[in-house]
Amino acid sequence: MLRLDGIAAGYGRTNCLHGVSLEVREGEVVALLGANGAGKTTTLMAISGLVPVRQGRVVFQGRALGGLPPADVVGLGISHVPEGRRILPRLTVLENLELGGYLRRDRPALRQDLERLYELFPVLGERRRQLAGTLSGGEQQMLAIARGLMARPKLLLLDEPSLGLSPKLVVTIFETIARLNREGMTILLVEQNAYLALRIAHRGYVLEAGRLALTDTAPNLAQNPQVKSAYLGG
Amino acid sequence: MTPLQLFLQQLANGLTLGAIYALIALGYTMVYGVVQLINFAHGEIFMVGAYAALTVALAITGAPWWAVLAVCALGAMALCGALGWATERVAYRPIRSAPRLNALITAIGMSFVLQNLVMRIYGATDRRFPELWPAVRWQWGGVTVTLTQVVVWGTAALLMVGLQWLVMRTRLGVAMRATSQDVAACALLGIPVNRIIAVTFALGSALAAVGGMLFGGYYGTINFHDGYLTGLKAFTAAVLGGIGNIPGAMVGGVVLGLLEGLGAGYLSSQWKNVFAFVILVCLLLFKPTGLLGERVADRA
Repeated sequence: MLRLDGIAAGYGRTNCLHGVSLEVREGEVVALLGANGAGKTTTLMAISGLVPVRQGRVVFQGRALGGLPPADVVGLGISHVPEGRRILPRLTVLENLELGGYLRRDRPALRQDLERLYELFPVLGERRRQLAGTLSGGEQQMLAIARGLMARPKLLLLDEPSLGLSPKLVVTIFETIARLNREGMTILLVEQNAYLALRIAHRGYVLEAGRLALTDTAPNLAQNPQVKSAYLGG
Repeated sequence: MTPLQLFLQQLANGLTLGAIYALIALGYTMVYGVVQLINFAHGEIFMVGAYAALTVALAITGAPWWAVLAVCALGAMALCGALGWATERVAYRPIRSAPRLNALITAIGMSFVLQNLVMRIYGATDRRFPELWPAVRWQWGGVTVTLTQVVVWGTAALLMVGLQWLVMRTRLGVAMRATSQDVAACALLGIPVNRIIAVTFALGSALAAVGGMLFGGYYGTINFHDGYLTGLKAFTAAVLGGIGNIPGAMVGGVVLGLLEGLGAGYLSSQWKNVFAFVILVCLLLFKPTGLLGERVADRA
């Protein structure tokens, strides 16, 4: 579904990625692991067009994404739920969700999706008129994911969905991600919490200093001594 | 004139000025909201709006005054809207990621360009404004209200209600408010942020254009450097209301106009320009967030 072929990308003059290749197949959850600053977030930003790709290719469903602005990437079916959630605090929950479907014109279907998301995240339905900035961290993360889903993506990019959440909430969020995948969503997941990520992922890639260090199925990665010592706490 | 009559009279005068300041202040605050830039060329857009209205008014003859007024307003809005759009594309977008100071200097340069362009076309001397509405006046218990004032209040109120509706209730409005909070996050949602920013410039400029038309009709003359002082005052109004806050710009404009009207009435009209800047200095010292500029916590 998505393939990166040796991409180099970065901000300003320096590249943070030096030839990263990876693949996400339809129906998969793929975990992208690595230490802080390894280039995980940059990889997602390169896919969604927030960071220019200087070398290599990003191909989504047979189409090269090189140089497309973020809005067009969303239009092709990739939703990026950014690190730190980035909900719009001074808009209501409902307005945030509506913006997630900004490019869509099919009003009745949008309404249906909204109802479906309220079922998936009941708290968002209860608080639809509330300013998003007044939600708790976990609720904001749910809003961010729900907002991403409003675009009806074929591929969901999730950047650190567990960041800053209590352990209990993290489990809830990961259960939701697993459920979305069971319902057919393809997901590329960037996560510090490698243990949880590998539990719901099918395959994983490990980045080190902007290069691919390792790739394997999730169970194998979870057993890999290198991964264990570096990211799973021994 | 009894003290009460004097007070009410100055209130009416102040409210008229305030309505014009508010219309211009909206453009400063909207643009600041989406790109954090004080568009110092905005005062010049207001001045161009006055000249555009003047040109349209001179071209139309034999129609009822309100029809001429409506056409003048629409013509000035269209021209200035396009001008605002174009300045964003040509002058500001290419340097959007550059340091703030560059954009500020560009804005000042843009302001000179527009001033000199208008001076080349219309000359450096004051141009007389044709009468856009009949010189009707009413007396209520010793207080005089002119049709001019009613037109200014009515037009400003109509536009502000319209803007509020657009910003709060339409898809475009939600996108504008969203862009003013987080440009990158909006891009990721598929919002064409560049277009939203350009539309914001155009809208603010269109409002200033009507402000220019009303200003010309109110004072009866217009000059190519009228945009400078009035623009600065409207900027003060925007800061007074809380820069980036749309209702704040409306309130700030009206409050500034009232203070100026009352100050001119009770102290001396020669000092009226001083009030705006005393207010600006005090605000920057004591309440830089302005009247309504209270920041909501961005993250829980």
